[in-house]
Formats: sequence, C-alpha cells, structure tokens
Amino acid sequence: MSDGLNGLGESGPDTAVQLLTPTGERVEHPDYAFAGDDAMVRRFYADMVRVRRVDAEAIALQRQGELGLWPSLLGQEGAQIGAVHAMRDQDYAFPTYREHGITIGRGVDPLRLLAMFRGTDPGTWDIEALGVHLYSIIIGTQGLQATGYGMGLERDGLVGSGDPERDAAVMCFFGDGATSQGDINEGLVFASSFNAPVVFFCQNNQWAISEPIERQSRAPLYRRAAGFGLPGVRVDGNDALAVHAVTTAALDRARSGNGPTFIEAYTYRMGAHTTSDDPTKYRLEHELAQWRDRDPISRVRAYLESTGAADADFFAAVDAESDELAVRLRKECLALPEPSLAETFDWVYATKSPELVEQLARHEEYAASFEEAR
Amino acid sequence: MSTTSVRPSSRPGARGRDEGTPAPVRTMTMAKALNAGLRKAMEDDPKVLLAGEDIGKLGGVFRVTEGLQKDFGESRVIDTPLAESGIVGTAVGMALRGYRPVCEIQFDGFVFPAFDQIVTQVARMRWRTKGAVPMPVVIRIPFGGGIGAVEHHSESPEAYFAHTVGLKVVTCSNPADAYWMIQQAIASDDPVIFFEPKRRYYEKAEVDTTAEPLDLHSSRVVRPGRDGTLVAYGPMVKTCVEAASVAADEGRELEVIDLRTLSPLDLGPVFESVRRTGHAVVVHEAPVSVGLGAEVAARITEECFYSLEAPVLRVAGMDVPYPPSRAEEDYLPDLDRVLDAVDRSLAY
Repeated sequence: MSDGLNGLGESGPDTAVQLLTPTGERVEHPDYAFAGDDAMVRRFYADMVRVRRVDAEAIALQRQGELGLWPSLLGQEGAQIGAVHAMRDQDYAFPTYREHGITIGRGVDPLRLLAMFRGTDPGTWDIEALGVHLYSIIIGTQGLQATGYGMGLERDGLVGSGDPERDAAVMCFFGDGATSQGDINEGLVFASSFNAPVVFFCQNNQWAISEPIERQSRAPLYRRAAGFGLPGVRVDGNDALAVHAVTTAALDRARSGNGPTFIEAYTYRMGAHTTSDDPTKYRLEHELAQWRDRDPISRVRAYLESTGAADADFFAAVDAESDELAVRLRKECLALPEPSLAETFDWVYATKSPELVEQLARHEEYAASFEEAR
Repeated sequence: MSTTSVRPSSRPGARGRDEGTPAPVRTMTMAKALNAGLRKAMEDDPKVLLAGEDIGKLGGVFRVTEGLQKDFGESRVIDTPLAESGIVGTAVGMALRGYRPVCEIQFDGFVFPAFDQIVTQVARMRWRTKGAVPMPVVIRIPFGGGIGAVEHHSESPEAYFAHTVGLKVVTCSNPADAYWMIQQAIASDDPVIFFEPKRRYYEKAEVDTTAEPLDLHSSRVVRPGRDGTLVAYGPMVKTCVEAASVAADEGRELEVIDLRTLSPLDLGPVFESVRRTGHAVVVHEAPVSVGLGAEVAARITEECFYSLEAPVLRVAGMDVPYPPSRAEEDYLPDLDRVLDAVDRSLAY
C-alpha cells in the first residue's frame, strides 16, 4: 500500500479490472469486455462532466450559505456513471448520499438533491417511477433493504423468467466505511442465503471521513465476498468502461436468477467528506496528486480525442450544456419554496393520530396569537 | 378512536366466514388465536409474508406460527438467518415491493439489533417520502416476564417504540383481541409494533371469529367500577382484573381499562373513568421511570385535574435490570401491589 495505489498495479492477484488506461488507451481483459460503442463512451463523458458540474455548483452554493451541507462525489464519476448505465429501466437502485451520479443518471432532477441539502425537503423523489430509492443516510441500512427488495422481485416472478425486458435486479451502493457495518454484512448473508438478485456495489474511495481503508479492512474488500459464498470482483472505479462491463455482467447474473455479486470499485474521494470536513488534517497532498493522474473524465476524453471519436465541438457543447444546467439549478435552488412544519404532520401516518391533530391545532393557535397581536 | 367504532366489513380482519370453516366461537389459547389470525390474514391477502427465526418447521419457539409454512410454503413463511436487523431490514425492502411482511422477533430482549432499522427506516419511510410510500410492516414481539426465563427473555421495551414517531404500538391481553388485533395490524398501512404478553400465550378464552372487532387503536373498559380506575395493558390486564375482583369482596368497585393501543394512546375512556372515580393507578411491568405510566399520568393530570382526589400512582417494575427469575415475583406488579397502590390513593 506504500504507493497509494493499493493493488492497482499492472499485475497481481488483486489487480483491478481495467479496460481503459489512465492515458486513454483501450486494453483487453480475459473476462470482461466493454459492450458499448463510441456513442456510449461519449454519453459517459457527457454525464460525468454534467454531474461534476452539478457537484461544483452545489459546493459553491454551500459556500455561499445557500445549502446546509454538500457531500461531493468528485473523483467517483466514473464508478457511478459506468454503473448506472449498466442498469435497465426495470432495475432498482439503493444509493447513499454521495451517489449523485446514480440519482441523476436514473433521472432524478438535481434540484431534488439541492432541496434535500438546502433543507426545504426531506430528500424525496418518485422512487417507483425512477427506479431509484432515496439517499440512505444511516450507513449500511440499504444493504438489507436492497436484499429484501430483491427477494420481493423474485416473489413477483421478475427474476430468471428468461425475458430480458422483464427480469430485474437491484443495485446496492455503499462505501468502504459501510463494509464495517452489520447491515451490509447481514445483507450479504441474506442475499447469499436466498440467492437474491442484488449487486453489492462498493465504491472504495479509500476514506471514511478521516479514517483510511486500512482501518476498515486489512484485506482487499472484494475478497470478503468469498466468505459469504458469492463472487467478488475488483474493478478500476475510475474506468467507466470497465465498471460498465463488470456491472453489466453482475446484473445479468442477478436478473437471470444466479444470485448476488460483490463489486469493489476501486476509486478515490478527491474532495472532502462533506463541505463541513477538512481533509488537510488527515491526508497528504501527494496521494491526491497520484489520483489526479487517474481522473475518470480525463481518460475518457483522452480516448475520445486520440481516436477522433469526438471533436472540439462535442466537448464545447458538453461544457455549455453543463453550464446551462448549473445556471438553471442555481436559479431554481434559490427559488425553492420554504417548507412548513404543519405539512410534515401529514407525512407521519396514513391519517394523523389524535396526538398529532391536537399538537398541530395547538401550534396553529399559538402561531395565530402573534397575528392577532399585531 | 371511540370504543364503539368498528372496521368496515369489507376489510381484512372483519366479519366473514367461508363454508366449512370451524365453529365461529371457539375456546383457544392466545398462541392459537394469533396463529388463527395470521392464517386468516395470509388467506385474505397473498402479499402477507411471515419472516423470523425458527418460524417454519418449528412453528416458532412459542409455536405461534405452527403449521403455517406447511400450508403457505417457504416463500411466504421465511426462516431467516439469525439476524434481527436482517429480518426487519429485508422486510423494509419487501414492503417497498408491495408486500406486507410480518416479522417475528423471538424474544423482547433480541429486538435491539433491529432497533436501527425500526427507528430510522421503518418509522421514517412514509415521512421521508412526504407520505407517498407506506411501510405496512408488523413486528411481533413476545414481551414481559413471569415465565422463569434467563436474562434478556423477560423484557418490556414498549416505551422505546411508543416514543418513536411513525410507529404504532399495540398489545393484546386476551385470545379474542389477539385474533383480531393481529389481523388489523397486518391490514394497517402504518408500521405496527405488536407486543404479545408471553406469559398469557397458553391461557384459554373464547374467541368469536364472527364478532365485530373493536378498532385497533381503541382502549376498552374490561370491568366497570366507581371507586377507582386501574389502567393496564398486555399481561397486567389480567392482574388488574383479579385485583379488582378481590377489591370488590372488600366493597370497593375498581374500573379496569385495557389500553390495547400504546401509540397512539386512546385515553378518552380513561379520562371519562377518572372524572367519575377521582383515583387512577397505572400498572405495567416495564421499569417505572419514564415509562408509559408517566405519559398516562401526565395526560390524566392535564385532562382531569379538578376531578382527581389523589395523584396518579404507578405500579411498575423497578429501575433495575429484570432480576434473576427466582426473584421475579418480587419485581413484577401483582395483585397485592396493585391493591396497595389503590389503598394509598384512596387514603389521600
């Protein structure tokens, strides 16, 4: 681990699957191949740039006091965009709070994310229509929920029917820190025991706030899968093409009824844990510099430029669209309606309990007393 | 929330009987009544699933699910790995797919590994989705002491759950309520923590499977009286009824109210009673401090202040861990401790 690249070397038992080198060269792998064409690579590029632009705008909004907090995904765009493009409409994802590439990739308006971190909203979108759950904030809880959702899919006859338009699977996203949580481990036990159609997708970004991966695990995370009785694979998380290939295979396996897979996407959190964090207190600049050379967007751009699969107009258009999105988000974020405490009373139960009815009435009477006093 | 409200007959848990089913009025234990209620709920709705440890072939350590896996299959009666958070966490996922999971926690003291999923996930999903996504999960927990068990098998953790917004908490005290309330809990679109008084599992009473059941979230006057009010739930209802019976021999008529629902509380009948009697004693097994009794006492004080002839008293477990079983008779409220509190109240 002395080189800071932790098993990403050219060869060895823990070498990650890679299909696009950091300098943008396509390479072959004996078990995995990228099934997409250059048009798909261009989409990956555009989506990664867009989500990074949203991230930058959100950080700026937080610094200006417009958001309470923002967890940056900087550096993890390749893992997320590669994974989300492997999903089909009928699949379902359980993301955590750093998975902006997953939510936006599934069609969630980034404004919904800003609303959550601005505090105008509990963090809500149409989970059923978009096939993506709400951000899990308690670390690891989604490991079990994803497994249960998969058990539900199986009971609905939506696993292993042989119809690719119908069969579905679940993506469970979590980080290296979550691998120490009981719920992720229990999720792996349940998924393995019930052969649930779940892909456990761990983004090992090397840091859980200030704690390095060595505090969570002394063995490569993907190797844990064997102990649970399911396949584990390590993929270069900054290589969107490899992530797409590995995730596609795992999802196909799950949908066809062959059970869960554990993917360790080996990546790096380039930013702070959140806008409240100060990583200069616990990590060194040289580590960042090494990972900057492995940037997920740069390598796709290098590939597109060197092969002529995209021209200057394409890159300019992607930048322009991203900037337009950022302008729109800033404007709409500032115009988000303020929530009222009263409306939250409606969300607790199917119908308000007698206690809630009484408390709300008293609160409104109290609030009204100030109006009358004017 | 009145004691006279009934469920519409078209919904699960209400009147309705197929040809060839057993006699409508049967004498059965609470365990059997729960079994019959679970069976009826599973027959009425194919989305109802059971999940827990040893609930399949064994039928659960208390045999509440006996025979259900044989009749409904392993896909609907799931023997889970030995992990309570796993039982509840996977139930959340299945509920998101439209299922109505009924989780069995083997013993009260084993629920805490699942506490996070219950408090941060089950209780919050509807709120988090601004009311859009219901969480129709029932979590059955055998609770309370009196069975000579080892540590962590005699706990009364109901206050933790009643304190958690987003959950509903109920407990049955007799076989008939057990039969109906489990079906009503399963039909609820809100999550229900369902406490079963394990020391009453094998006590028998008549269950009328064609009766119109009381609303799930209603308390009930189980014995009328004019001299004082005893408020109890779960295993302590029987204790209080026995105490009232002895008091009657001494010329005191005590009213006994079975709360049945701990969240939301239905204290209308309690207030009505206390306004007549002027004396209230709340009884539960759980440790006295910051328990349900404190909440009930506070609300009685708020609503019945000018009717009270004495402070509301509590008879409860003490603020020590549940004792070794040879000492549990001293810990658990019993007939004499209840009557002692009545004496103190009436002497005010």
